[in-house]
Amino acid sequence: MSNRQLKISVFRYNPNLPDDKPRMQEYQLEEQQGMTLFVALNKIREELDPSLMFDFVCRAAICGSCAMMINGKPRLACKTLTKDLPSEITLMPLPVFKLVGDLAVDTGTWFRDLQVRTEAWVHTDKEFDSQALEDRMDNETALAIYEPERCIECGCCVASCVTANIREDFIGAAGINRVARFMVDPRDKRSDAQYFEVVGNEDGTFGCVGLMACDDSCPIQVPLESQLAWVRRKMALAGLKL
Amino acid sequence: MSAKHTHITDVLIVGAGLAGERAAVEAAAAGLDVVILSLVPPRRSHSTAAQGGMQASLANSAMGKGDSPDVHFADTVKGSDWGCDQDVARLFVEKVPIAIRQLAYWGVPWNRVKAGKYKHPNGMELEDTKDKEGLITARNFGGTAKWRTCYTSDGTGHTVQYTMDSVVCKMGIAVHDRMEAISLIHDGVNCYGVVARCLRTGDLIVYLAKATVIASGGAGRLYGASTNAVICEGTGTAIAFDTGVVPLGNMEAVQFHPTSMPPTCILMTEGARGDGGYLLDKNEYRFMPDYEPEKKELASRDVVSRRMVQHMRKGLGVETEYGPHLWLDIRHLGRKHVWTNLREIANIAMNFLGLDPAVDLVPVRPTQHYTMGGIRTNIDGYAYGLKGLFAIGEAACWDMHGFNRLGGNSLAETCTAGMIVGEQVAKYTLGAAPAFNYRLVDDAVKKDEERIANLIAGKNGKENVYELRKAMEETLNEHVHIFRNGPSLETAVSRLQELHQRAAHLGLRSSGLGANPELAAALRLPGMIRLSLAIAYGALMRTESRGSHAREDYPKRDDVNWLKRTLAYWKAGAELPTLDYEPVKCTEMPPGDRGYGEASARNAASKEK
Ligand SMILES: Cc1cc2nc3c(=O)[nH]c(=O)nc-3n(C[C@H](O)[C@H](O)[C@H](O)COP(=O)(O)OP(=O)(O)OC[C@H]3O[C@@H](n4cnc5c(N)ncnc54)[C@H](O)[C@@H]3O)c2cc1C
Ligand code: SF4
Ligand code: SF4
Ligand code: FES
Repeated sequence: MSNRQLKISVFRYNPNLPDDKPRMQEYQLEEQQGMTLFVALNKIREELDPSLMFDFVCRAAICGSCAMMINGKPRLACKTLTKDLPSEITLMPLPVFKLVGDLAVDTGTWFRDLQVRTEAWVHTDKEFDSQALEDRMDNETALAIYEPERCIECGCCVASCVTANIREDFIGAAGINRVARFMVDPRDKRSDAQYFEVVGNEDGTFGCVGLMACDDSCPIQVPLESQLAWVRRKMALAGLKL
Repeated sequence: MSAKHTHITDVLIVGAGLAGERAAVEAAAAGLDVVILSLVPPRRSHSTAAQGGMQASLANSAMGKGDSPDVHFADTVKGSDWGCDQDVARLFVEKVPIAIRQLAYWGVPWNRVKAGKYKHPNGMELEDTKDKEGLITARNFGGTAKWRTCYTSDGTGHTVQYTMDSVVCKMGIAVHDRMEAISLIHDGVNCYGVVARCLRTGDLIVYLAKATVIASGGAGRLYGASTNAVICEGTGTAIAFDTGVVPLGNMEAVQFHPTSMPPTCILMTEGARGDGGYLLDKNEYRFMPDYEPEKKELASRDVVSRRMVQHMRKGLGVETEYGPHLWLDIRHLGRKHVWTNLREIANIAMNFLGLDPAVDLVPVRPTQHYTMGGIRTNIDGYAYGLKGLFAIGEAACWDMHGFNRLGGNSLAETCTAGMIVGEQVAKYTLGAAPAFNYRLVDDAVKKDEERIANLIAGKNGKENVYELRKAMEETLNEHVHIFRNGPSLETAVSRLQELHQRAAHLGLRSSGLGANPELAAALRLPGMIRLSLAIAYGALMRTESRGSHAREDYPKRDDVNWLKRTLAYWKAGAELPTLDYEPVKCTEMPPGDRGYGEASARNAASKEK
């Protein structure tokens, strides 16, 4: 059986080059067994077009670097097997995020801004005592923190979100989920009122219209639907008390 | 053109992985200005990919009872095959419990002890006691006498890196991501900072600092086939090597992990075997107990990897178009365990090969995994050879790992060394006066500008960076792998020398403008080939076997002649590294039997006679 010929259409634009214009460029490639888009794009760069820009780090669906629009859907390119796609493949950079060049977008800056705005760290008055044992925690609590903590900040949920696409300051499902991670953590001493300041607004939980495109697009199945609902309920209650 | 911007800071940290961020926090806490550079956003650093865990002798879990820094020390020294610096190993084992507890304080959701009797998936009946309930628990890892590896389910590196980065964020420490250090600014005595290339715009940026800390991680990608992330190319190590005055320690000490999944070489964590997984051959026979009756699948990594190759050489591997492999079997651990505690690897097997490890066998084979060698430092993290230069983490040869690192000791090293060395960096910096020689800075920038201009113009030739790179990877994989011998290593050295010469004639095929990726690759390659030469030449000259360095022509450890550390220098214009040696400190434990591995088997056999 002969291998498929893949036709891969890639968005090209390097904003740093004064004369460059956005365009689509097509590459032809022979499919190989077990080929992922990580393998395909590197082959294109090494053999056909060394100027092509894209981001991969872990190539194992762990680091969140390689999200892009694959035939219209936000997905991690490293874990997308070409055999699961038709032979014509269209690759576009994620929307919402600033373009670095071609398929590379600046998710790093976006998520950094999110951490700072939501103060995504443990807030406590306690000092660390290097001579003391760790504070006890039950294992169920640890697992409950880990569930939202698993988010790899790939941006797929943000790219698929209607609100995030029209409202620049909306923190998206990833942002709300990040706040949820601290809300379940007993070490974080913030009160509901303090959390309300952070997410009880239109850029946070009340900006979400609940269509759940985000939940479908999370490549590592963070349970966004339940996390979002939980935060919204908690903040609605906190709002009533204010 | 000249540098687009110049940043001046107290402490410059090259690398935003765990080691870099932990050290940055320590320096910033001392009131210093700190800037961190990174190829990628911090949370995408390779540390995030570590699944298994971090060793600390907290002695909370049932199988950790009786553990102590002393036991951890002995495991680490045996694991290193007496190649480590015992003062450093001692300092590490004493401090790592503090580092782990501090991470808990900052927010890492470590898995905790649940009191009560339970049956471990490996069949053992265990009981965790009430007095330890809620404290940090631990799992089993290879080469350890106690269960000591603290973890958060299947995402230890992820949660620890995210937590460290949250502290960096909270403290407002500046992180410049997509910023690659491409050379060190130095005068042969002092280090003043780096020249960096912005991976957004292609601009050159100068960073000047009283102290420069290299925390750029490992160099696994020299081998091409590696469990490491694609950014682990050793460039931070290479720019220190290029100064000619900073030596690299033990570059021939390369770890091969027993279980990476072909063909993509993605790691199946040691936790899989720690939790009771088996290795099977093509007949689905569990072969490790035949070789290692005591430790079975959980001997140290160097030993398990060699046993696997040995077994495959007998024709007992599963033959495929991409070479032979063996099987990892975790089916008997049960669906719940596989998809909860080992979810990350279950996902990887499912995503990349469509296999469900709860019912399917997963193909595995030994693959490059960890760089024990690196920028040689003293116990305080000061790099040899240049004042104001420090190194930590996988990029460094602080040397607590010697010739074989134990699983779980590396993540633990990053945070512990970050804490210890970070404090030393702060101490040094508070006492240092800024003294920048602008002529020197200009010259450094001009040199890099010229390299770039020549590559773009193809002034020195038209060699293709990707072709040369592939040849370098193949050379290391073919000749400097798990089993090594004289003639093969000589071939490697001469091939790499030839590639090094050709790399002086690289020329781009694309424009090289902006943040062009081909230019980035071309700037990195010559330094990467020099690192490869340090590995191959160091391996050729070390005529013994120790830890991961296994010479077929010198199969025994030779403590009379080789209880020493290789120091490799790259002198300007040289074609080979210059090798020097220093004694290895054995302050507490004299060389002996590891209790596993080939030497141990030989000892046991001779006793029986
Ligand atoms: C798949 C896998 C699983 C592992 N699991 C475990 C485990 O369970 N337990 C354990 O103890 N160890 C584990 N290890 C080893 C451990 O993860 C690493 O040794 C450790 O994370 C290295 O940390 P680091 O901070 O030194 O470097 P890294 O985390 O690799 O960070 C390096 C940083 O340097 C930056 N950088 C590199 N070059 C430059 C440059 N030229 N300019 C600017 N920035 C640069 C990068 O952007 C990055 O931020 C594992 C390794 C692998 C490959
Ligand atoms: S549910 Fe909310 S966060 Fe998710 S896609 Fe819709 S608007 Fe966006
Ligand atoms: S929640 Fe899921 S989709 Fe959204 S950023 Fe995190 S990992 Fe990506
Ligand atoms: S490269 Fe890390 S998630 Fe795809």
